[in-house]
Amino acid sequence: MTDQPPTQPPAQTPALPIENASKSLLASVTTPTSNPGIQRSLVTLGSSILAVVIALLISGILLQVTGKDALTAYQKMLDTGLQSDKLLEMLQRATPLMLSAVAVAIGFKMNLFNIGVEGQYLFAALIAAVVGAQFSVWAPLHVLIILVVAMIAGSCWAGIAALLKVKRGVNEVIATIMLNYIALSVIQWLFDSFFRDDSVSGLNVKTKLIPESGWMPDLFGGRLNAMFFVAIAVVAAYWVLVFKSRFGFRLRASGLNGVAARTAGISSGRMVIVALLISGAVAGLIAMPSVLGEIHAYGQGVPKQLGFAGIAVALLGRNHPLGIVLAAALFGFLDSTSGALQLEGIPNSIIEVIQAIIVLTVVIVNEAVTRSMNRRTATRTARQLEAVVPAAGVAAVPA
Amino acid sequence: MTATAPLPDLTETPEQPAARRGLLDALNRTPATRTLTAGVILLLLLSITRVITGADDLTSSGTMGTTLRLAIPILLAGLAGLWAERVGVLNIGIEGMMILGTWFGAYGAWQYGPWVGLLLGLLGGAAGGLIHAVATVRFNVDHVISGVAMNLFAFGAMRYLSELAFTGEQGGGISQSPVQQAAIPRFNVPFLAGGQIGNWKSPDMLGWLENKHWFFIGDVAGIARGLVFNISWATVIGLALVPLSTWILWRSRFGLRLRSSGEAPDAAESLGVNVTRVRYGGLLISGAFAGLGGAYLSIVASSYYRQGQTGGRGFIGLATMIFGNWMPTGALGGALLFGYADALKLRRADSITALFLFITFVAGLLMILSMYRRKTVPAIAAFVAAVLFLIAYETVDEVPESLTQATPYVVTLIVLATASQRLRPPAHAGKPWRPGEGH
Repeated sequence: MTDQPPTQPPAQTPALPIENASKSLLASVTTPTSNPGIQRSLVTLGSSILAVVIALLISGILLQVTGKDALTAYQKMLDTGLQSDKLLEMLQRATPLMLSAVAVAIGFKMNLFNIGVEGQYLFAALIAAVVGAQFSVWAPLHVLIILVVAMIAGSCWAGIAALLKVKRGVNEVIATIMLNYIALSVIQWLFDSFFRDDSVSGLNVKTKLIPESGWMPDLFGGRLNAMFFVAIAVVAAYWVLVFKSRFGFRLRASGLNGVAARTAGISSGRMVIVALLISGAVAGLIAMPSVLGEIHAYGQGVPKQLGFAGIAVALLGRNHPLGIVLAAALFGFLDSTSGALQLEGIPNSIIEVIQAIIVLTVVIVNEAVTRSMNRRTATRTARQLEAVVPAAGVAAVPA
Repeated sequence: MTATAPLPDLTETPEQPAARRGLLDALNRTPATRTLTAGVILLLLLSITRVITGADDLTSSGTMGTTLRLAIPILLAGLAGLWAERVGVLNIGIEGMMILGTWFGAYGAWQYGPWVGLLLGLLGGAAGGLIHAVATVRFNVDHVISGVAMNLFAFGAMRYLSELAFTGEQGGGISQSPVQQAAIPRFNVPFLAGGQIGNWKSPDMLGWLENKHWFFIGDVAGIARGLVFNISWATVIGLALVPLSTWILWRSRFGLRLRSSGEAPDAAESLGVNVTRVRYGGLLISGAFAGLGGAYLSIVASSYYRQGQTGGRGFIGLATMIFGNWMPTGALGGALLFGYADALKLRRADSITALFLFITFVAGLLMILSMYRRKTVPAIAAFVAAVLFLIAYETVDEVPESLTQATPYVVTLIVLATASQRLRPPAHAGKPWRPGEGH
């Protein structure tokens, strides 16, 4: 759905004498002057930037209509957001968004919509925090074990949706939506009945504290958690796995054309299961920056709604590793300026509005640009053919 | 199959007594008698459960009244999903449209009175439906993405507006509105529930019957009284939308066009239906229903707007729509079921365990029915369920509230996983489509 097929070959060209014209003729007509890959990337980047600009314009109008000065707001955001400590905060806030976006994007690549990232990461956060608090070993190993447990827990929760889809044909969108709410209930129940640390009183209830060996270190004077680099590694792994490996090829093939992939011997059922399990495993890591780096337990402080934000980031980044990093950085930047906006007297919830509008403008602009590109390719090809074909026609069709 | 000319039925098993077969056939003949029979049997089982457990709240008018109050927003959300999918567009954004409805409803009710509030909520939801329509119909955006964006947008935008409109007002703030002064009037039906006629107060006949607690009669009276006692006019409007939806969708020309756009838009277009316009119409109605459901929450079910007031009801509505097989009456049934579980929990948490016994009875009945029809696997499944729920009834003292909240979602997944053969969603719901590309 978000992954556009490469520029269409000229399917709509007049079919009359072309059968006789050689394939090299067609190729010479359709090949753009520059490298098509680079051109496509530039168009993608351009349309994404256009979408963000449009979203900012619409949000600006909303600000003006509600009596706030849009220019002041944007100026303030730029001024504060570009300070060096704010840039670190931006990366810090981008960390879970990158992970969440990768989790969603793996599904997208297989033409699966994993709305359930939300439930998967919260469930994984609870399980990982509880398991991590039970023991204490050599620090790197402890952290690693917690991360692995989180990934397993996340993929277990995603596995329910995968099984329902493959075994019983339940649409994954509906299944994961339902599982999100079921996860919230199950987490609440597990937390209240078993895992709550009763020695902590008051509003800030949480699970037992993870021993210090299981903490993920803060870097740069506590401004950036090391999970940032884990997230970058995950994005890189995503790039290798989905875009460079045989498995990734099969995944994308199943996503682009399930029937064709099945004909080529790729079991779509198994791809669905594997894709959702990996997606859930990555989702399991989303809350780790706060569980391992901030709260050191599971509690109220674990941020919510990151799964949905991940959908937005994946869409804006077009499921491409680099795009995801850039999009997460943009969202992190917007988030990091919310405090400054509030000081200026502008409700910081405008940030959420901007982000939601970006989602819509990105997909709309994407659709419009793809269509106009296809149309342009078609008309250009038709025109070029018109110039060539009369000669070919004379050669092919005797008068 | 009349009695005078019985056709030789080859599948008939000889040892079955003819009278029993005849009775079952008679009760099973039309959907109406089937529903009636099932309803009476379920009610009987419910009264038996009440007598055994002594949990009077199972069938009290208070529980039914609460059920109705909790079911209406879910019903409206379900109808919203139904209208959207019948026209061929998936609507994941119901939750967001409901949020718009709660906010605009509360704002209107606070400023101009409850009726204006309901109207504003409805319009707010319809605006959400319009955005969804522009994205999915005009720009052919993936329906799920547009819905997710709608949910994100509504949440952020209403927070933003609350901060501008409600902070500084008495009782208002970033996350809630001031309390409304007036409410939608309520009424009791005369004679049945002691309503007023002029200045004369009519007798409360159902209430008298209910207080006798007679087996079955008292239960029927209690349930019936819940539907006629202390009813808000907004509830009546909500319920009236069920037959209205059925009538428009299945009996009117607009409805035929609307459903054809959801089943086979290419075919509809080739017959001259303006699918784009019909889809805009369907999504506007869908959004309006969702908005009305939201406004009901903030005006009737409570008297102020609160952040997170919808609490996932948009998604429960989606579940109801699936549960009800994309039919308005089915959605009503699902909404009442989920509302009932909620109401019971609200009134007396220990009544939930009594419900376990009821489910045991139902599963037992299903087992007997399946055995009678020679269906082995369903019979075994029903038996296992009956045993499990009986054990649960005997051992569990109190069901954690966090788990009962998940009931609608779990039930929906079970229905989807086991009865998907019987579900019939609109054939083209959720698929991308553009005018003029089908020929």
